[in-house]
Amino acid sequence: MELVTPGIGLIFWMLLSFTLVLYILGKYAWKPILNALKEREDSIDEALKSADKAREEMKKLQADNEIIIKEAQVEREKMLKEAREMKANIIDHAKEEASVEADKLIEKARMSIRNEKNAAIEELKKQVAVLSVEIAEKILREKLSLDKEQQELIGKYVDEVNLN
Amino acid sequence: MTLSQRVFFLFLLAINFGTVVNRKKTRISIIASILFLLLFFLLPAFSQPLSEGNPGDSKHQTVKEKFDPESFIFGHVLDEYEWHIFTYKNFLCTIPLPVILYSKDQGLQVFLSSKLHHGHKSYHGFSIAEEGPYKDKIIETHPDGTISRPVDLSITKVVVAILFSVFLLLIVFLSIAKRYRENPKSAPHGFQNVLEPVILFVRDEVAVPAIGKDKYEKYMPFLLTVFFFILLNNLLGLIPIPPAGANVTGNIAVPMIMALFVLVIVLVSATGYYWKEIFNAPGVPWWLKLPIPLLPLIEFMGLFIRPFVLMIRLFANIIAGHIVALGFFALIFIFGEMKAVAGYGVSVLTIFFTVFLTLLEILVAFIQAYVFTLLSALYFGMAREEGHH
Repeated sequence: MELVTPGIGLIFWMLLSFTLVLYILGKYAWKPILNALKEREDSIDEALKSADKAREEMKKLQADNEIIIKEAQVEREKMLKEAREMKANIIDHAKEEASVEADKLIEKARMSIRNEKNAAIEELKKQVAVLSVEIAEKILREKLSLDKEQQELIGKYVDEVNLN
Repeated sequence: MTLSQRVFFLFLLAINFGTVVNRKKTRISIIASILFLLLFFLLPAFSQPLSEGNPGDSKHQTVKEKFDPESFIFGHVLDEYEWHIFTYKNFLCTIPLPVILYSKDQGLQVFLSSKLHHGHKSYHGFSIAEEGPYKDKIIETHPDGTISRPVDLSITKVVVAILFSVFLLLIVFLSIAKRYRENPKSAPHGFQNVLEPVILFVRDEVAVPAIGKDKYEKYMPFLLTVFFFILLNNLLGLIPIPPAGANVTGNIAVPMIMALFVLVIVLVSATGYYWKEIFNAPGVPWWLKLPIPLLPLIEFMGLFIRPFVLMIRLFANIIAGHIVALGFFALIFIFGEMKAVAGYGVSVLTIFFTVFLTLLEILVAFIQAYVFTLLSALYFGMAREEGHH
């Protein structure tokens, strides 16, 4: 029976020491320990989360980079294409212009040649007229006595002149 | 109990413990335990001649005392006024402990238990009863011959063991708390490594599932204190060397106080829903409640039965282990009394049994600490329930 009969003294001392140890440990041990454990868990959680976030951002950045690189490539291609087209255009244009210019020059040259020729012909005609007049003068002076012969001669010359 | 019984008993327990602590170092442990025992032999300060001033008691010494298994077992399991270490013929080696008494006649009395020898001496009218309803307790004999029991607040063996375990708990956890406070984010070191998983276990496997994630924090100090107090005292109870070795958690007063704490916490934190569940449980046929309040009565009794069972479970488990272990040791002496050879023969068997038993007791020490904590947490969780939404 003594086994299951708690002694007053033991109850008293147990109550006292258990209350004391509960109070002291509760205030000075469990609180800081649990707080520290929680803090540590939180900080580890945070670190993991931020690492995840960083990884995600890294992936995003890489994806962005790829997009940018692709865009740049497309841009380059476009630019190259444009440049090539432009080059071809410029060359074509230049060729056309050059040929037009050449044609013009040739035309001009032709024109001037014609003009020169006409002028030369005019000049020649004039000279011929002058010459023929002079010749006629000379002939007239020399053979004005022989009428018939003279007229024939004149006629002949004039014809010849007209033919030319 | 004779010296040889004592030594043999302590020696066996020491071997068991050494085996359990570290199998590789068993031999070292045995040697260490023997040395430790020798130390106690050589402690004259605690020793006192038994026969001094007791001439009328001489027949006690001349007649060979017969081994009494009941007093052997219960002498170890029950509380004592002094810490008995061993007896060698006329030599009683004990650590005297303070006796604190309050009686109506004499007021407060404080003296060492060495002033009171078991049934032989009285001091200021106080003596230890040999028989009667107050057997083994201090009684006061009044001048008119009547006997009464004074208010007895003595620092007994179990009280010393409680104080020792409290001291250990404070030292260990305050020093660890210091580390946590100084650098909370660093990895645990040394002894922290051992205790942190246990603390986390109590938090994550006991408190959080039983009470709930948002309400458990308030109960953590109690649960942790109870868990470590029970565990430490259970384990200390297995070590046969003072100041360990007292039967603390197997003394009904100790689990009683802890169970009372549980009851008080449950009553304080009980919600309206909890009381409604007790007195007017929803979803129960009215005839269980109305003419005779059968169910409310049962539920109300359950409020007190739960902590009571908590107390009995811990007490019975621990004391049963102690009694069985002591029973095995008693076998040695019973057979030894018949014939010395028989005693030695049985002792071999006993060693095997007690090694197994000590292992079992270590398991029980953990299980009981866990069960007490878990059930307390469940009761707190029930008390805090807000109803099903």
